[in-house]
Amino acid sequence: MKASINGEEHQLPDGLTVAGLLEHLQRPTRGIAVAKNDRVVQRAQFDREFVADGDRIEIIQAVAGG
Amino acid sequence: MNDVLKIGKYEFSSRLIVGTGKYPSLEVMQAAHEASGTKMVTVAIRRIGLDDKSGKTMLDYLDREKYTILPNTAGCYSAKEAILTAQLARELLETDLIKLEVIGDPQTLYPDTRETLAAAAQLVKDGFTVLPYVLDDPIACKQLEEEGCAAVMPLAAPIGSGLGVCNPYSIRIIKERANVPVIVDAGVGTASDAAVAMELGVDAILMNTGIAAAREPVQMAQAMKHAVIAGRLAYLSGRMEKRLYANASSPMSNLIAIEKP
Repeated sequence: MKASINGEEHQLPDGLTVAGLLEHLQRPTRGIAVAKNDRVVQRAQFDREFVADGDRIEIIQAVAGG
Repeated sequence: MNDVLKIGKYEFSSRLIVGTGKYPSLEVMQAAHEASGTKMVTVAIRRIGLDDKSGKTMLDYLDREKYTILPNTAGCYSAKEAILTAQLARELLETDLIKLEVIGDPQTLYPDTRETLAAAAQLVKDGFTVLPYVLDDPIACKQLEEEGCAAVMPLAAPIGSGLGVCNPYSIRIIKERANVPVIVDAGVGTASDAAVAMELGVDAILMNTGIAAAREPVQMAQAMKHAVIAGRLAYLSGRMEKRLYANASSPMSNLIAIEKP
């Protein structure tokens, strides 16, 4: 399946959860938050929320700012 | 003196809020935060770089025992973007505090008042403690207060300009009419600017570039700390009246005399 991650199209294995996606991206789950199709996915739902074909995923962190 | 800054359900013993951007290094940032005496620091929210596997983020450089984190929605140009950014920040940081910033134009970085008001209304409904960045506009400040914002944050001058308080009379009117804390956000360039703002009676100052872009950021952080305290104390003390002519401080009676030539 294809999904957009932070604005870029990615080819992904089928049946990934958000937790699975982060593992696929080799990203630790700490220090980030995730939105799917403009809705926040709560951390507790990472291993229950599935990524589907065409989804738009945003993965964010805190950065320097004023 | 017990002079606590209260914003919604939060209390702070410092009236200086400091950013985390533009420092020459993270070590200098940490030292500047320490020197400023701040109790609240801001962060921005951005996409992760998918190539960065370190997993290190700004949060690894902020001691959350010492500092409350105030995430911002900087870079958002619509209420919708700002709302989702705030919701992501809440999920990431487990805080309901949000510095609401909806920009209207990239050159001035002035806020879009219509979008800011719309986002504020929604975020308040959603349980956020909303601190909106706003023009030095008493009407917009009043409207944001009516929407339930926990404070209003009028700019002293454009973000990152260091021009100081450009419109002290508006800031005074905003403060006189507000029933929530007024925090001057943006435009403070040096210690006297901070003192001027505090002497107008505002409750706190949020600054970033004024400290981070100084030649010696840590020393400037210390200067800002003292300026905010000095300005606050001067405001609370009630300044003397200004007068056009001199008024002697020493007695004008019982002066000695010498024989006139």
